[in-house]
Amino acid sequence: MTPLPDAEKLCAQLAAELKPAVSPSTAMIGLYTGGVWLAERLHAALGIAVPLGTMDIAFYRDDYHQQGLARDPKRTQIPFPVEGRHLLLVDDVLYTGRTVRAAMNELFDYGRPASISLVVLADRGGRELPICAQYCGSKVDVPAGMRLRLMRDDAGKLGLELKHAE
Amino acid sequence: MQNNPQLNANGELRHLLSIEGLPRDVLLGILDTAASFVGVTEREVKKVPLLRGKSVFNLFFEPSTRTRTTFEIAAKRLSADVINLNVAVSSQTKGESLLDTVSNLSAMQADLFVVRHGSSGAPFLIAQHVKPHEHVVNAGDGRHAHPTQGLLDLYTIRHYKQDFSRLRVAIVGDILHSRVARSLIHGLTTLGTPEVRVIGPQTLLPTGVEALGVKVFNKMQEGLRDADVVVMLRLQNERMRGALLPSAQEFFKHYGLTAQKLALAKPDAIVMHPGPMNRGVEIDSTVADGPHSVILPQVTFGIAVRMAVMSIVAGN
Repeated sequence: MTPLPDAEKLCAQLAAELKPAVSPSTAMIGLYTGGVWLAERLHAALGIAVPLGTMDIAFYRDDYHQQGLARDPKRTQIPFPVEGRHLLLVDDVLYTGRTVRAAMNELFDYGRPASISLVVLADRGGRELPICAQYCGSKVDVPAGMRLRLMRDDAGKLGLELKHAE
Repeated sequence: MQNNPQLNANGELRHLLSIEGLPRDVLLGILDTAASFVGVTEREVKKVPLLRGKSVFNLFFEPSTRTRTTFEIAAKRLSADVINLNVAVSSQTKGESLLDTVSNLSAMQADLFVVRHGSSGAPFLIAQHVKPHEHVVNAGDGRHAHPTQGLLDLYTIRHYKQDFSRLRVAIVGDILHSRVARSLIHGLTTLGTPEVRVIGPQTLLPTGVEALGVKVFNKMQEGLRDADVVVMLRLQNERMRGALLPSAQEFFKHYGLTAQKLALAKPDAIVMHPGPMNRGVEIDSTVADGPHSVILPQVTFGIAVRMAVMSIVAGN
């Protein structure tokens, strides 16, 4: 198996790639938990004027009837009107696409955005829904039964981590 | 823990019957989840799809407006279908038993029963009777418990005071008949509140109330001193049997919360009341409508707390 890519490098690379797409009306939303960490970095690096939104999709998950409610859902905070905005939706890892579907459903309860683009640090394949990322740091091969996620250490440094799924 | 009828085999909340006996992390889980639902209730679209396709039966064997309405709003905001039954005026009067009523609603594909009953323990009985996919939430049973009111009181206290570990909470009035007081006392002690006081005339305090871990005061002036939170209770005339009190006026003189008495509490004390209020009996209007009062925010938080409870139990 090839080693995991350096998350810090991917983050810098994504910021460079996103730069031309940012306009004064662009707004960014990070998905808890890893997506918020990444979004905080990109939001600052790109100098986006609209304050950063954060979203926990716990109330929109499609597996509630199997799994129940996730413990300790965070509060979604969208500090700008969604209506008519060009949105950058940020997550750490794109896998089945179900989180992104849930996030879009929640977003539309805030208004009708002009567009939504998906930004992810890593795409591990395995999609179960017709969803793709417009901005992707890297494709990563992940063996079945493993979980890929972003971690952040005490110094604020980002790193990808591979773990056995629970 | 395995014997707790409210929890499933994994220790997760399956029914909410009483705050008594619920572990600290379950209580905190409900309060944290409620905080996220407060965000939902502040949006323009106040609905989330969690309970789509589920049927919630509001089963009220005792009259209630606020509790029934807030449960109904909470269920609707979770996208459930809500059916309100005013059982006091239907089947019961025709002689149907409690469990037969429940079985019939179960045959109508109920998923969640919200139960208010005049007899203590009725929701426990229903919880023992329902099918594995059905859930029960106690909306007040007799003098026993009113767990969602206790939870919304805890939520309100946490919202204004953050940390329970340094608080002095005074609960004033008719403790004897109050399921609200009992639920709140259990919640406060579970969450580590160092000092919970109950204040009232001896005739309105249950015997042995000290065993719940509270300090008892008969003089309001002493009990209110340096309190961070003052919880006023309604004088429950409908539950009074015998001569427990000389008169409402006499009660107000000794135990009614006036601005003058409130001045004995901490300067930043909050005043709570579960409603419905009897102005001029347990609380003066200047206090009820004054800057210390958080009585109306309690009602708003109550919706988010009930959304949290219903979405947690229905998922376990």
